[in-house]
Amino acid sequence: MLEIRNLHAAIDGKEILKGINLTVNKGEIHAIMGPNGSGKSTLAKVLAGHPQYEVTEGEVFYEGRNLLEMTPDARAREGVFMAFQYPIEIPGVSNAQFLRLAYNEKQKHIGEEELDPLEFKDLLKERAKVVEMDASFMTRSVNEGFSGGEKKRNEILQMAVLQPKLAVLDETDSGLDIDALRVVAGGVNQLLTPDNAIIVVTHYQRLLNYIVPDFVHVLADGRIAREGGKELALELESKGYDWIKMPEQNGKGAVAPAK
Amino acid sequence: MRMVTELVKSENSYQAAFNAVRELSPTVAWLELVRGSAMDRFEQLGFPSVRDEEWKYTNLASLAKESFQPAISREEIVHGDVTQFAYPETANAHLVLVNGFLREDLSVKSGLEGVVAIDLFSAVADARYNKVIRMYLARYAGYHNSGLTALNTAFLQSGVFIWISKNVKLETPLQITFAADGIGQNSANFPRVLIVAEENSSATVIENFVSTGESRYFTNAIAEIVLKEGARLEHYRLQRESNNAFHVCTTSTELGRSSRYDTTSINLGAQLSRHDISVVLDHEGAETSVDGLYMVGSDQHTDTHSVIDHKQPHCNSHQLYKGILDGNARAVFNGKIFVREGAQKTDAMQTNKNLLLSDKARVDTKPQLEIYADDVKCAHGAAVGQLDPEELFYLETRGITPELGRSLLTYGFAEEVIGKIKIQSIRSQLDEAVLRQLDTSLEA
Repeated sequence: MLEIRNLHAAIDGKEILKGINLTVNKGEIHAIMGPNGSGKSTLAKVLAGHPQYEVTEGEVFYEGRNLLEMTPDARAREGVFMAFQYPIEIPGVSNAQFLRLAYNEKQKHIGEEELDPLEFKDLLKERAKVVEMDASFMTRSVNEGFSGGEKKRNEILQMAVLQPKLAVLDETDSGLDIDALRVVAGGVNQLLTPDNAIIVVTHYQRLLNYIVPDFVHVLADGRIAREGGKELALELESKGYDWIKMPEQNGKGAVAPAK
Repeated sequence: MRMVTELVKSENSYQAAFNAVRELSPTVAWLELVRGSAMDRFEQLGFPSVRDEEWKYTNLASLAKESFQPAISREEIVHGDVTQFAYPETANAHLVLVNGFLREDLSVKSGLEGVVAIDLFSAVADARYNKVIRMYLARYAGYHNSGLTALNTAFLQSGVFIWISKNVKLETPLQITFAADGIGQNSANFPRVLIVAEENSSATVIENFVSTGESRYFTNAIAEIVLKEGARLEHYRLQRESNNAFHVCTTSTELGRSSRYDTTSINLGAQLSRHDISVVLDHEGAETSVDGLYMVGSDQHTDTHSVIDHKQPHCNSHQLYKGILDGNARAVFNGKIFVREGAQKTDAMQTNKNLLLSDKARVDTKPQLEIYADDVKCAHGAAVGQLDPEELFYLETRGITPELGRSLLTYGFAEEVIGKIKIQSIRSQLDEAVLRQLDTSLEA
């Protein structure tokens, strides 16, 4: 589904990603871990197409197509979704308006029926159950005045509405208390099917107790320093990131994933 | 009649037209005197010039140069042309003025129980109304310092008088549509409104400035509003004039004890528009919200000058003006808040925010606070900005195209003002105006 080859990316001329290689197949959950500044969030933003990040080298293929040539909105309509670490507030636009527009843009794109406000309300009500969100959030402006936890739930609600093929969750656990974490993780798990894939970007292992990854990739200084199965996350939790050795100079120092 | 018309068409025609009006529409002595001295005052003051600090950014030179002909007749428009301007909510309470003249034949008043809603000029001659009109007319919108106000006053020959009786709660919003006929070229229209809301009354009034065509004309309007003790008025002013028109308007309101005045001014039309709005909080416990939205594009120019004058203690004012500018448009916002000596416990808040959608648009904003009391709570601020790229990116990551995203963010910006409007069909109409490019409805 997703193939990242030797990806280099920079912001303001400063190289952050220094040769990432990653393959994600459908039905898989991948965790990207790493210390602050290792490039985790940059990877998520590059996949979503953030205009401030410049890809300086490498390729990304999504379902056999060159993802980097697609605009952010086209990526989204093709099924790529990023849950933001810091969801943006959109004053004056209600959650329901926003979600219906986004939903209909996608429906239009795949040649499916668009929904009018009433029809969409029913769909929204159904999908909101996934993250246990109250109907009152639908009439409020997007993320405006939401608590940190509510914003993260709202991200997963959007994921539930758009049903992406590839979801990238950027530090979705940050700022969540344990109950909210459980709800958000539960939502994500409900949305996983054999046909889609999820990349979980996280600093801490605790989210991975709820969203259990098939593969764990540890980033250090813009490269994948270590790869393994879910047990790698536990090892990191007990030993800390200092334990990860820096990759070799050629950038291919990662060990083979333990299957 | 023909002779009069020809006379009016002569160049630089205000004085000539004034003589014709006097001949055609004589009135009671006191008003004759007011009109006469207003005309004299206009002759002395003329149109404001950019040398005047209050007109620094708005140049009326081309208005002054062009010879607009004061409208002197009321018979050119047919019913079909104006029904389109009626909001469903006001079906039973809709006054229609064409080129400044009240047209009873086009107006509907069945929903106006307890309210006098008649031709202002005719009412002056009626003993029942003469006294109250004389007390308030040309008092809050004085003509001694403003050439534009003087000109409107000199040409008072119709207009609307609204008198809301004590304790009356008017359920139906009252709409006043000021239609420019849009056919005749270069007409000068002088709509005039006087609203007196008696004690503990409550009402909603919509002033709606429109045109049936895209002709070039000049609207110079005045509304004077008086709220007595405990009265409440919700006031909407919608300006959607022809894009070739000049529109100047003065709204002057005086608030009685514990009265409440909520006004929202929407400026979308005209090539050049100027709104002078003043609210005087002249008795304790009065409250007002003075909101507005201007949305202009191409070569449009819009200017709002507002004065909120706290003269007595324990009054609140809240002002939010938002602007959306595209193309080469230019906007001016000048908001003064005075807190007079002794006006303790004043709570005044003023905000002006502008969104520039093009590199060529420009806004001059100047919020001003002058405080002469020491126990007050006042704040003001202004901002000029563009659409936030992070917000746009967020929308794009949800599959929304950049074009649609820009419309949606613009809509969201305007919604802070539009969303507060209590009349559904006005909200929808404005949403539509903001979302012109959007091919989908945002109802939800």
